[in-house]
Amino acid sequence: MSTSTTPDRTTPKPAGPKPAKLKRSKYKGIDHLSPVDRVVVSVMIGVPTLLVLWLVVVPAVGSVLLSFTNWDGIGPISSAKVVGLQNYKDVLTIYPPFVPALQHNLIWLAVMFFIATPIGMFLAILLDREVRGSRVYQTAIYLPVVLSLALVGFIWQLIYSRDQGFINQVTGGSIDWYGDTRYNLWAALLASSWRHVGYIMLLYLAGLKGVDPTLREAAKVDGANERTTFFKVVFPVMFPINIIVLVVTVIESLRAFDLVWVINKGRNGLELISTLVTSNIVGEASRIGFGSALATFMLVISSIFIVIYLRIVMREQR
Amino acid sequence: MTASSEAPQVAAPRSRNPLSPKRPQGAGSKKGNRGIQVFLAVVALVWIFPVAYAVLNSFRDYAYTSQHGYLSFGGFTLANYKNAWEQANFSHTMLNSAYITVPAVVLTLFLSACVAFVVARFSFKFNLALLGLFTAANLLPPQALLIPVYRMFRAIEVPFWFSDSGTLLNSYWGLILVNVAFQTGFCTFVLSNYMKTLPRELYESAVVDGAGVLRQFFQLTLPLCRPPLAALATLEVTWIYNEFFWATVLLQSGDKYPVTSSINNLRGQFFTDNNLVAAGSVVIALPTLIVFFLLQKQFVAGLTLGATKG
Repeated sequence: MSTSTTPDRTTPKPAGPKPAKLKRSKYKGIDHLSPVDRVVVSVMIGVPTLLVLWLVVVPAVGSVLLSFTNWDGIGPISSAKVVGLQNYKDVLTIYPPFVPALQHNLIWLAVMFFIATPIGMFLAILLDREVRGSRVYQTAIYLPVVLSLALVGFIWQLIYSRDQGFINQVTGGSIDWYGDTRYNLWAALLASSWRHVGYIMLLYLAGLKGVDPTLREAAKVDGANERTTFFKVVFPVMFPINIIVLVVTVIESLRAFDLVWVINKGRNGLELISTLVTSNIVGEASRIGFGSALATFMLVISSIFIVIYLRIVMREQR
Repeated sequence: MTASSEAPQVAAPRSRNPLSPKRPQGAGSKKGNRGIQVFLAVVALVWIFPVAYAVLNSFRDYAYTSQHGYLSFGGFTLANYKNAWEQANFSHTMLNSAYITVPAVVLTLFLSACVAFVVARFSFKFNLALLGLFTAANLLPPQALLIPVYRMFRAIEVPFWFSDSGTLLNSYWGLILVNVAFQTGFCTFVLSNYMKTLPRELYESAVVDGAGVLRQFFQLTLPLCRPPLAALATLEVTWIYNEFFWATVLLQSGDKYPVTSSINNLRGQFFTDNNLVAAGSVVIALPTLIVFFLLQKQFVAGLTLGATKG
């Protein structure tokens, strides 16, 4: 159905001259809401908002509050005592996996940010030149994006496994890439980058296509070469996209979970903050206050980047 | 970038390249382009390799590959698929995935369309705050919210016809609601940007004709939003099908696991036979690969629309 005919469907059938005339006289501008409309609008906004408040906002606040208590999760919540910063102190002092997890998260972020993201951007710039076959190459590179990270971890087992994996078949080695603590973080990072590069490539390519072509023309007329044009003209006008790519990278690194959980539930060299939180809750020992302190770490770090993101995005909304 | 420059991207999904019209080729040297072409071809081959390798070995006999090694060629069979399908109970988990994905996508799109409509159609003071809330909710790391959600779900009792576990924990509906709450932000954002590009005169004539808000929404806005809704539906089906974390922690009995969460068990089950892993991977990837090959334009449009505007 074409767009031009659709509005006509809302026109009431001319049942009689009376109702049309009556309504016309009541017209008070398109933003006027009748009592019924008011209820409708409230429900349209209210139901989704309540859902998000219930399942996202309340839990976020709850995690922070619980982190100051010693609730063991077994007794009623009223039995919990406020213990101040004790849980945070415990996380930092008597919880050995925390420091490695933090290190792994930082390494993860660094690899994504300094290696995978630039590769994705670089590929986008090359693809943007639209050499012959660009579409095919682009399609191949973003193929991993449709796969879940859990499946990515599973598929790469074919390449990494000790006895039957592709790498060891080619090199004749016997390294257990997913099991050996010296290598498994890097193995996971390679698999994760495989997907991340495609994702960034796609986002950045869309950004590049949105750059006004006359800017490049002007730069060329002024005698700028391609490198100068990119760094002095294109890159600056892509500021919003650059920020979005940055935030996507940070958030995805912080959320990295599925891949390592599939490999070994985040143990033996693959500890991440997210896996520690999960094992503290779902695992055998449920230490609610303690796990919440870990969760609060994640919330604080991600909130910083979410605020940056919202500022950029909302500026464009106004 | 103005909002109006975004609309044509989804408005015209039939155009050859959903990202943009073709830019005239730069006068860059032919030789340089050839170099880039070769480089990109190599990168593309490397990128496709893990999937191609999985597909190839999924059709190979385990006895053959263990005797001749994986670098050989031959021993083709379909047995891996039969074994993987039966051992992993895919007919069951695929159905679970459908039970979760279909209602979650429908609900997500409907609720986001509602919010987006109000935000785009009226200029309330809270609009920006509302969009901010929804977008932030979309970005928070789910693990950080796990404890309270898990506890609440365990405490909330529901009738048995609603969930056989008696609580929201371990029920499809609990998982569906969590997915909806997390995905609504992204969809609201994309949809409201699109709806803002619709001319206000449309509403003017509708209001003059006496159409209430509900009729404007269902008969005017929703039909006009078919392009972004199609793009988002494609994207959300992929994302919710791929969702791993919530399904793993909120559905504790294996018999409710969707395909993606069942991967966790398969690794232990298949670990001695890589060809089975390969066949399992291909089966798990199949729904998303169908999206990849058939609905590529919708998928890319949805992803980049959300990203280039936020």
